[in-house]
Amino acid sequence: MSKLPSLEDFKDRNVVEGSAYYDVDQREAPTTGMEKFKQVVNRTFRFELFIGLWVVLREMIKFDIHTVSYPAEKLPIGPRYRAVHEMQRLWESGTERCIGCGLCEKICISDCIRMDTRIDENSRKEVTEYTINLGRCIFCGYCAEVCPELAIVHGGRYENVSEQRAHYTDFNDMLTPMDMAISGKVAEYPGFGAVTPHEDERIKTTPLAY
Amino acid sequence: MANVTITVDGQEIQTQEGEFILNAARANDIFIPAICYLTRCSPTLACRICLVEADGKQVYACNAKAKDGMEITTSTENIELERRAIMEVYDVNHPLQCGVCDQSGECELQNYTLELGVDSQSYHVADVKREAVDWGHIHYDPGLCIVCERCVTACKDMIGDNSLKTVARGADALEAEYKESMPKDAYAMWNKLNKSVIGLTSGEEMLDCTSCGECAAVCPVGALVDTDYMYTSNAWEHKQVPATCGHCSAGCQISYDTKHTSISDPEEKIYRVMNEWNYVSLCGAGRYAYDYENRDVTKDEVAFANAITAFEKADTLKFTSTITNEEAYILQQLKETKGYKLVNDEAKAFQTFMKDYSEISGTSLYGSDLKVAHNSNFVVSIGTALKTDNPNARYAFNNSMTVNKGAGLYFHPVVDPVIDQMGKSVLSINHAPLQEEAALYLILDLFAKKEKLPSEVSDYLASFHNMKTITVTETIKEKVIEIVKEMKVNEATGEEEEVEVEKSKMVPKKVEKEVEVDENRLLEILNAPKDFEEKMEKLLKKKDAFMLMVGPDLYTHPSSRNLARLCALVEKYTDFELVMIPTFTNTLGVSQICELDDEAGSYSIGYNTDADFKLAGLGDGDLDMPAINQQEGTLTSINKRVNPTNVAVSYGGYVLNDLANAVLGKAVENTIDYTEQLPVAKGFQEATFDSLPNHYENDGTEKRGYVLDNLAVTSSSDESVTAFDDKADVENALYLANPVRQFSDFTAKPHQSKEKPGLHASKAYLDKHELNEGDKVKVTTAKGVVEVEVSHDHFIDGEIAYLTTFDSKLNSEALFDGYRFTSASIERV
Repeated sequence: MSKLPSLEDFKDRNVVEGSAYYDVDQREAPTTGMEKFKQVVNRTFRFELFIGLWVVLREMIKFDIHTVSYPAEKLPIGPRYRAVHEMQRLWESGTERCIGCGLCEKICISDCIRMDTRIDENSRKEVTEYTINLGRCIFCGYCAEVCPELAIVHGGRYENVSEQRAHYTDFNDMLTPMDMAISGKVAEYPGFGAVTPHEDERIKTTPLAY
Repeated sequence: MANVTITVDGQEIQTQEGEFILNAARANDIFIPAICYLTRCSPTLACRICLVEADGKQVYACNAKAKDGMEITTSTENIELERRAIMEVYDVNHPLQCGVCDQSGECELQNYTLELGVDSQSYHVADVKREAVDWGHIHYDPGLCIVCERCVTACKDMIGDNSLKTVARGADALEAEYKESMPKDAYAMWNKLNKSVIGLTSGEEMLDCTSCGECAAVCPVGALVDTDYMYTSNAWEHKQVPATCGHCSAGCQISYDTKHTSISDPEEKIYRVMNEWNYVSLCGAGRYAYDYENRDVTKDEVAFANAITAFEKADTLKFTSTITNEEAYILQQLKETKGYKLVNDEAKAFQTFMKDYSEISGTSLYGSDLKVAHNSNFVVSIGTALKTDNPNARYAFNNSMTVNKGAGLYFHPVVDPVIDQMGKSVLSINHAPLQEEAALYLILDLFAKKEKLPSEVSDYLASFHNMKTITVTETIKEKVIEIVKEMKVNEATGEEEEVEVEKSKMVPKKVEKEVEVDENRLLEILNAPKDFEEKMEKLLKKKDAFMLMVGPDLYTHPSSRNLARLCALVEKYTDFELVMIPTFTNTLGVSQICELDDEAGSYSIGYNTDADFKLAGLGDGDLDMPAINQQEGTLTSINKRVNPTNVAVSYGGYVLNDLANAVLGKAVENTIDYTEQLPVAKGFQEATFDSLPNHYENDGTEKRGYVLDNLAVTSSSDESVTAFDDKADVENALYLANPVRQFSDFTAKPHQSKEKPGLHASKAYLDKHELNEGDKVKVTTAKGVVEVEVSHDHFIDGEIAYLTTFDSKLNSEALFDGYRFTSASIERV
């Protein structure tokens, strides 16, 4: 690697050839009985512990230090990780995607979602309040999976420390900020409950010929 | 009807001859898909999905009648193709936004689409713009409508408002090739569906009906929903509390659908009232007046202590009949132990009426119920404003007209357009007030087996008859022969010449004739139409099941004793079955359980009624009590059934049982511990509350509580009746009644109640007195004066207005001397 990788490089967790992550002194695993026997003997009598320590010392002397200074720096979480929920908005218009159908509320196995709905001035269903009791949520992801509008998704905020046992989260806190939605900075969520890449092929067409 | 055996899918089942196959199958837990059919109504034949094969022929299960030995197959290859096509057609252009549909989760379109596994669509037609409309308390979204016409059928066959009909959709015709390529029934169904949507019969923009909401209840999809309920909740979120409606004596089975109030308020709240619409139909009060609970009550120890002091001081307990049987029993216990007088005027009047009736009938209760009324085909109603005294009695009346091809007579001084529009088979007779006896005598005269009647009664009836010679003009056809001149060609000469020809023709001619006729003076007294006898002849054709419904006008009538005896005579000597409409919710139960007194003493405690110390379920008294929807207990209905009701909304205060425990020194834990102690000697059963069921079976059997035993009582051999004053009348009559959807303070409190207390009058009355809606008038009767607001009631006609009783603050009963009609003068202020 020519130059020191940045934190951004480490955010790409896809470990392949040329990425920020690389294997250090990776050895082939023993396959035959004799090789396994040799490994045991080596580990017992040739002080392999010190070999390990030497690798660490060697890498340290190179000053190639990769420590992430948490919490100032945070590594992102994989797209399929199920952290605190986010509520998405529609692209461009910025309208809330949630239609208040109540499926997440129904499917929630720890019964931690509740919503209040009403009929608004335009005779549409409006969600007036929406809460998730994070003290009870087991982050199973069913809500995101069942959502017909891809409105509720799991975000990357995995820290759940709170002074209260029952830590509620509010609809507005979860909602994508309006400016981000309108400027189109919100990428479509690729994680849990999202549409799979091959969805189009599986949909049956309906004859709407006119 | 004879019992027959039919075979459905190899299973032998017993049913009645002439029963629809669908009902027979349902009663035996055999599933046949059906969307448009409503039990108790006539088959609509809109959905055609109930196709079955009967003896090798395809028929619709909802209108094919069972015959002995019939072999029925519920599913064949062709039927499956039809059903699949029908469901695909229903899904054509149906929005897929189930998430924002109120019906989602209890939608029959969802259910059948999944049941029949519809996963692809073969048909299409261009959609037309169908915009959602608000019809007042009902919201209609034609985009969701599948035009099964269940709402139209319910409104016509059950309710009798006829407010809905199908109107043109204005869509393109279906593609011609479908006629060939599609299964036949599916095509026919679609062809009709694609031409119609639901509209209002009146052509107006708003519904002007008796607001029962039954149309929205029966709607299989989310097309018709209650505007107030819309988008507030999903069907699956509700806890369903089986209960009994506490507003009138019908005692309908209802389900309070509750859930938490909001995110911040976890208290249970009633969101709507649902019913088993195949077996019971609600009125607007039952459906919309549900949030009358006494809210935010805590145990007020000071008030409780005051109540105990009041009980020590009191000698009278006044109460209304909006209480449970258990509470009535507690009051009776208090009377027996502490010697309180029990005062409840309307229940007392009913009790006396029933006692007078028993003297002749020899039974403790009237013989029939509303279920029999539904199945009868000639119904007579006397002395009751049917649609407001007991809406279910009105539905039974209408249902027997529409489904059993029945006919009926409606005797009442107040003209009722709702009854009149039920059809030509209903004859309304608007007699003068106080002439209810004449109506009952007429029924005896027309229907009693004269030779069996006690001779004095038949002699009295004969005294109204009078043979009279009258001159009638008849039109007869006479043969007239005349000679006409014609031009004819003489065959011999070939010339035209004039010939005289004899011609005969029939000419109508009016002849005056003297005929001897039997004149019935009762008809004149009752103000019956001139051609009454001719009409009756038509109405009575092919009638074999007769029903007489009598109501509260009779119980407080000055000659109520004679009326009660006449009712008993009608039941005994004619083919009529008899139902009495109890005045209020539990009047029947109270009249059976309590020994009632006439006069109140010097210091009285009132339960839901004004007194020196008031216990109030509305929260406006000295000590709070729970309302009916916050109580466990039983209510006795018009069908003589002891129905259980449950707690829908929590209540934190004291109940009557706590007071009784303190006064009587008892330690009865719950009010319902008294259920099993209700007096067996009065027909109640020794059953614990928790053993009482509250549901309907698949075949419509009512499994609710138990039916009161109709006990034999000693009857007297004296069956005499007294003469009545045929000139009696009430000048400038004023009636004591309620508008549609109102019964008591409990129906006035809910947030959807809009009716105003006061003087309600027809258009004719308002015009005559030059009054407008909203005017203030002073009503003066012999008993007092009251100042009230005038409202226009669309559902009455004629020149008798009524004073409402649902708001007890008005105290309108005080202006009347018992009887529901009084002479009154109206003066604008």
